Amino acid sequence: MRFKTFSSPHMAPARSVNRVMGQVLLALIPGTAAMTWYFGWGVLINVSLAVTVALACEALMLLVRGRALTPHITDLSAVLAGWLFALAVPPLTPWWVTLVGVGFAMVMAKHLYGGLGYNPFNPAMVGYVVVLISFPREMTLWLSPSVIAELNLSLPQAFTAIFAGRLPDGLTWDMITAATPLDRMQTGVGLAHPISEIQTSPFFGYLGGVGWEWIGLWFLVGGLWLLKRRVIGWQIPVAMLGALTLLSGLFWLINPEIYASPLFHVFSGAAILGAFFIATDPVSASTTPRGRLIFGAGVGALVFVIRTWGGYAEGVAFAVLLMNMMVPLIDHYTQPRVFGKTAAGKEG
Amino acid sequence: MTASSHKLWRFHGGVKLPDHKAESTTEPVAVAPLPPRLILPLRQHIGEAAVPVVKRGEQVRKGQLIARSDTYVGAHIHAPTSGRIVLIGDQPVPHPSGLSAPCIVIEADGEDDWGDSRMPPIEDYRNIDPVKLRNRVRDAGIVGLGGAAFPAAVKLNPRPQQKIDTLVINGAECEPYITCDDMLMRTQAEAVIAGMHLVRRALKPERCLFGIEDNKPEAIRAMTEALGGEERDNIRIVAIPSIYPTGGERQLVRVLTGREVPSEGLPADVGVVCHNVGTLAAIYRAVVLGEPLISRLVTVTGSGVNRPRNLQVYLGTPVADLIALAGGYTDDVERLIMGGPMMGFALASDAVPIIKGGNCVIAARTADVERPGPVMPCIRCGECVKACPAGLLPQQLYWFSRARDFEKAQEYSLFDCIECGCCAHVCPSNIPLVQYYRFAKNEIWSQERERRQAEAAKQRHELRRERLEREEREKAERMKRKQATTQQTTATDGAEDPKQAVIRAALARAQARKADREAQGTNAAAPVSDNDDETR
Repeated sequence: MRFKTFSSPHMAPARSVNRVMGQVLLALIPGTAAMTWYFGWGVLINVSLAVTVALACEALMLLVRGRALTPHITDLSAVLAGWLFALAVPPLTPWWVTLVGVGFAMVMAKHLYGGLGYNPFNPAMVGYVVVLISFPREMTLWLSPSVIAELNLSLPQAFTAIFAGRLPDGLTWDMITAATPLDRMQTGVGLAHPISEIQTSPFFGYLGGVGWEWIGLWFLVGGLWLLKRRVIGWQIPVAMLGALTLLSGLFWLINPEIYASPLFHVFSGAAILGAFFIATDPVSASTTPRGRLIFGAGVGALVFVIRTWGGYAEGVAFAVLLMNMMVPLIDHYTQPRVFGKTAAGKEG
Repeated sequence: MTASSHKLWRFHGGVKLPDHKAESTTEPVAVAPLPPRLILPLRQHIGEAAVPVVKRGEQVRKGQLIARSDTYVGAHIHAPTSGRIVLIGDQPVPHPSGLSAPCIVIEADGEDDWGDSRMPPIEDYRNIDPVKLRNRVRDAGIVGLGGAAFPAAVKLNPRPQQKIDTLVINGAECEPYITCDDMLMRTQAEAVIAGMHLVRRALKPERCLFGIEDNKPEAIRAMTEALGGEERDNIRIVAIPSIYPTGGERQLVRVLTGREVPSEGLPADVGVVCHNVGTLAAIYRAVVLGEPLISRLVTVTGSGVNRPRNLQVYLGTPVADLIALAGGYTDDVERLIMGGPMMGFALASDAVPIIKGGNCVIAARTADVERPGPVMPCIRCGECVKACPAGLLPQQLYWFSRARDFEKAQEYSLFDCIECGCCAHVCPSNIPLVQYYRFAKNEIWSQERERRQAEAAKQRHELRRERLEREEREKAERMKRKQATTQQTTATDGAEDPKQAVIRAALARAQARKADREAQGTNAAAPVSDNDDETR
């Protein structure tokens, strides 16, 4: 009897790209649900819109590039990029902002570099930074969790706000929007208010900002699940949050009235989301184990630096992109020791 | 009884695999019947092929030497049974290339008659002289039976400057599906232990460590019982964690001794020699029973056969015969593999024979081997880095191999890759990584060959040019000398024209030759003689 031959190994692999991406998406659900709870339907509309745009751009680019649609449309990487973008922007962001951001992410940051696996920068973060710089006003339209809880915008109302830019009668944007805790902190410190005073405002909770701290905790739950399932490695989240805690802790110990506490840093903004879901994007992160520690620590340190001394209240996106730039260098200098050789690569 | 406690070390990476061993261990080992024709490839391992010492049509006895190898890394081949040599020529052989190679084909006479071919048994084997042992192992054509089939005698002969303090015995059998070592240890533990004592005579190590994966409790028990209370401190049966590829030589040495075999070195460089349990049993049979290596245990398994089992097989038996003994193929059999599923190679045909290193035949169905999806781009997830037991960066090697940047691939230690397949197994993008590394290695080897050929050609060219120059020079010198002597004669003759003198001399010589020729008879044709003019 004759058989076809193949190169070894002859055992079916245990993983696949869309399973990895699918698990990351699953892990995003608790945090996304928490965000929806605190910020209303807008979050879900944004996620659906961003995912739709991402898939459309992915399909379009695959067609333009003459690639097969099926394995790539179903690999869920576009879904993930769109979803992450939607979590980064304010809950009632106008539709065209999402369109521009996600479109830029998919077309410029992903496909023009060669598509899945070839993009040096995290596409979702590139898209976010583009809209952050281009549309600063729209990007400050963060809602106040307490106000939203009272007003309880219905799904059609949120829909109208996003797609038509109209709020229900009797409401103005000023009534429902509020600066994020990170913004308040940066502005307050900039005005030389002591932090103890800044934090007496009702927008601050136990750990970070009201609502934000719970969202952070739910993203943490999803992130820990990813760690447990070994979908992501521990190096990047631990190094990133570790560096952020360490640096902020150091300055906080020096002067707690000008520098916010490590707890506030970790549970505000996108620190936890970034540590477990954004900085861990395998394509644009470092690949060596030691390199990932350096990469994560770099992101954490830059987040602190940008939040404390930078022009933006939140720095996760910039920090990730800056470290993406460093990856080739980091990878080159952190090659693991080969079995039977010394660290210098010589015969051991 | 349990295995002795022994400190274990870890090696980097490795993967946990579904072991699929239970399938083939339920049935007791059976002896495969003598096939009508046995095919014995002359080349069964690295090194030179053996040279036939029999002729077509010749009658041979069981155990008779039929092909010998006198190189250091070589092994003799013996007739597995009595019969007639019907062919010495190319036959399909079990090799990844699927090509044919020179073989000796024996038509069995059914007598299975040893005649006087059996080597004299050595009764007092515990006191055997190491040289005698090495010679016997060599004479018996024994190679490592773990799969690589490296001639065993070489590993009984450490270089004088190497002190071997540890003998590691490999009973790990870390590849899924394979159970022949497991069954051997369960059923022939005494032979393995006796073989170990023999090897100890040659190497004189301080300690012997048996490494057996902890998924083989019965083998561990049998071996511990066979060892008895003997030298418990120096000889240990050690249960090691079942992590593929812990049975790789370097990995096993690391796990049992904590020592790391240097990248381009051998275990002997760190005081260790490693032998497989099957090899030890074969050494025992060669010494005590006088039997050369003519049969072996083979696992025939996989979901593509109806009755997975282990068989004691005459070397040279076609794989198809073993499949029949294992209940035949299932309807949906898809792939035939020789060796394990991780490092074995796919066979193009089941007409090929079992050779010395052939430990396992797997008939696999589509579901066992099929990739779960299409090949996707590398997403740099780093799973391969985590899994690589050699501490490499498989995804970088993949990029370099793909881009044909072989220099960079070597810089990233491509040749430290043992092709264990861990990286490909964990790759979520389904990239056939090992295939890329093989490609890169082959390209580098062939470039190296070409470079060497080019260098040899250049050297030949240089030598030729030198020779031509030398000849030219010598010719010129001769001319000068000649001129000098002619001038001298001219000078003594005084007034005579030098040209006339030369002509005269030539004429005189021609006349002399003519006279000579006439004296010898006209039929003596010597037309070339005109050419041996001295001036030429």
